[in-house]
Amino acid sequence: MGIQAEHEIHARRRSRNVGLGLVLVCFVALVFALTVVKVRQGGLIEGFDHQPRVSLTPLEDAPQEVTP
Amino acid sequence: MADINAYEHTPEAQFGDYVALLKPRVMSLVVFTAFVGLWVAPGSVHPFIGFCSVLFIALGGGASGALNMWYDRDIDAIMTRTQSRPIPSGRVEPSEALGVGIVLSVISVMMLGLVANWFAAGFLAFTIFFYAVVYTVWLKRWTPQNIVIGGAAGAFPPMIGWACVTGGISIESLLMFALVFFWTPPHFWALALFMKEDYHNAGVPMLTVTHGRRSARRHIFAYTLVLAPFAIWLGLTSVGGPLYMAVAVVLNAMFIHGGWKILKRQEEQAIADGYSVEKRVFKLSLIYLFVHFFALLVQGWMGGW
Repeated sequence: MGIQAEHEIHARRRSRNVGLGLVLVCFVALVFALTVVKVRQGGLIEGFDHQPRVSLTPLEDAPQEVTP
Repeated sequence: MADINAYEHTPEAQFGDYVALLKPRVMSLVVFTAFVGLWVAPGSVHPFIGFCSVLFIALGGGASGALNMWYDRDIDAIMTRTQSRPIPSGRVEPSEALGVGIVLSVISVMMLGLVANWFAAGFLAFTIFFYAVVYTVWLKRWTPQNIVIGGAAGAFPPMIGWACVTGGISIESLLMFALVFFWTPPHFWALALFMKEDYHNAGVPMLTVTHGRRSARRHIFAYTLVLAPFAIWLGLTSVGGPLYMAVAVVLNAMFIHGGWKILKRQEEQAIADGYSVEKRVFKLSLIYLFVHFFALLVQGWMGGW
């Protein structure tokens, strides 16, 4: 019997391999879509780049925290 | 001659066998009731978040099914109904089923936590634990009330769906739980009356055998009486409405009537006509649950009171 690149066991396990492959591809697609949805729901997100910026400075007339 | 065809005679597990481990038919009930729970809950979720929530609740339910098949493989091998399942038929190794069950449990709980919220995820984890450990390992082989307590596992999905949106529990979700919970015993005992005593022979105590068929008939009727007020009460909450109420009144009257007919029958009569009444009540019980949840769905879409 010659050495075959495709053993008969590969044929027998094809449904498992193809099935699992599809499940994994679907899972990746699902996590990606979920990320898009979640990020869009997050509202405006501003990256911090270590530069002073008006939107980051506290309000002047913000009530001071009173400590007892 | 030593060759590489050592696997020749072991039946090869196909992809479908792993799907069968997840009990797709039970999953369909989980999908439906969880979806209704999510749909009727106050507030809104993004449709894709809702889809993913139901998907992972169903996956968690499937994972507990695989754990159940792993633990019950000895019983499944005895009963004719379950002999063709993946493990007793030798296509899937018990350890594989255990692995699939545990891995999918973890994935489904983690993903539900990330998709919806961690309360719903904890609830799903509890449900899996309840079905796989409390029901399958502790109660199923120990008490003929196994169906009553095990029914709780099947009753959690609408509560989890509700929790995905609201992040908590409320009277509506508790009443949806009660609807499935009190429905389960009459549903299964009606089935047990006309089924062979397979289960009992396999070592699972069944009410029809341990306490007799007379007692099972009384139990069925009693549970239809207990069930009705909860079904009606659900109609008075924020998820109810005229349509649900009309449906609930009719179906509960029919179910109680069916329970009454089962109670009044003698075993000889039942044998004589091939358990026709019991079979009809069993079919009615399937319609009962489906239509109740479907009415909630439509009512949620129409708006309630």
